[in-house]
Amino acid sequence: MALSAEESGRLAGLLDEHAERTIQRWTELVGASLRGRLSQAELRRQVQELHRAVIEAARGGGFDLESESAGELRAVLAELSRGRARQGFTATETAISVYALKDVLLELLEADATDTALRDYVAFSSLVDQMGLFTFESFVRTRESLIADQAEQLLELSTPVVKIWEGVVAVPLVGTLDSARAQVVMERLLQTLVDTGSPYAIIDITGVPAVDTQVAQHILKTVVAARLMGADCIISGIRPQIAQTIVALGIEFGDIATKASLADALRHVLRLTGVETARRQPRRES
Amino acid sequence: MTAGVDLGDPQAQAIRSDEDVVRVRQLVRTVAVAVRLSLVDQTKLVTAASELARNTLVYGGGGSAEVSTVDNGRRRGVRIVFADDGPGIADLDLALTDGYTTGGGLGLGLSGARRLVDEFDIDTGPGRGTRITVTKWSR
Repeated sequence: MALSAEESGRLAGLLDEHAERTIQRWTELVGASLRGRLSQAELRRQVQELHRAVIEAARGGGFDLESESAGELRAVLAELSRGRARQGFTATETAISVYALKDVLLELLEADATDTALRDYVAFSSLVDQMGLFTFESFVRTRESLIADQAEQLLELSTPVVKIWEGVVAVPLVGTLDSARAQVVMERLLQTLVDTGSPYAIIDITGVPAVDTQVAQHILKTVVAARLMGADCIISGIRPQIAQTIVALGIEFGDIATKASLADALRHVLRLTGVETARRQPRRES
Repeated sequence: MTAGVDLGDPQAQAIRSDEDVVRVRQLVRTVAVAVRLSLVDQTKLVTAASELARNTLVYGGGGSAEVSTVDNGRRRGVRIVFADDGPGIADLDLALTDGYTTGGGLGLGLSGARRLVDEFDIDTGPGRGTRITVTKWSR
């Protein structure tokens, strides 16, 4: 797919000679496909940069996108795809920014209808294809990293440890508790126990749709770890269907206190710590 | 072995990763809601499916789950077939013993799943892979 030294030279010459026209036409073509979602000035700057990078890579002799001399061009292409991916453009819209160069080259070579021009066009065009694929790959990579980032953020979002009373922290678990999340929950809980000096922790599983042996094992391990640090754990939010499933599965929570609701668990802890809660007597009319 | 006519197309889900176990769970819940299993039975079936799907992944090296609805004339139900081409189970009685595990879990998955469903059929042997069929009927 690489261009020969002569072809590269001709490509550089062509683009350099008709620089203004190339950039103008290229910007127009890309602008039409993006339908005004990117400012003309911004687009023109990007196209200028690409144009310059292509010429520089072509001047480096035999032109190949994988080669050393095309490093700058690769960086520009990667930067372009990253920007487009983050701004929410589609893969097609991103790739068109590069493929538009083909149309421009065709228009430039049309005037010169020789065999060499035709062969050059075919060679240039396969190079543009290569650049397009590279753009596409960078685009996908950026998207993938965005998704990975979001998954990580979600992991953090979904595992708050809250202090609900003096010496009592609670972990409301919501959704699927897989190994990765269980690990985060355990770390957070243990750290919060240290930070707040709490002797009690309530693990609330109201938001966990199904408690299977893996989830139970994760919870049990967390409880054991908390106990090693001297804290007592109460599991709350055990709904009737979960209770029946746990019994049928044969999971035993041993001497760990379990409660139907978070309120029950808190009341249990308060009683253990000797806090009395009483409704205030309505003041008597005198 | 089990009576009942299939209703509608069975839905298959490949089991290749932990995310697929979650997908199986979601699929089973959708079908269980569609045949109107009670909330308790839904939860039991989903939990059993979760156990068996994870076994398929961890011990069978991946496989598939096929969820279908069945009808025996009086009641409707959900049938799930888990299949893998893994090493199979050499000693089935031992594998079905509470607390026995070769993988570091609680050792309750297979035996517990059997207690959570109405019908449980297992076809396995060394080198043959494992095929487990479970059915839960509406009440």
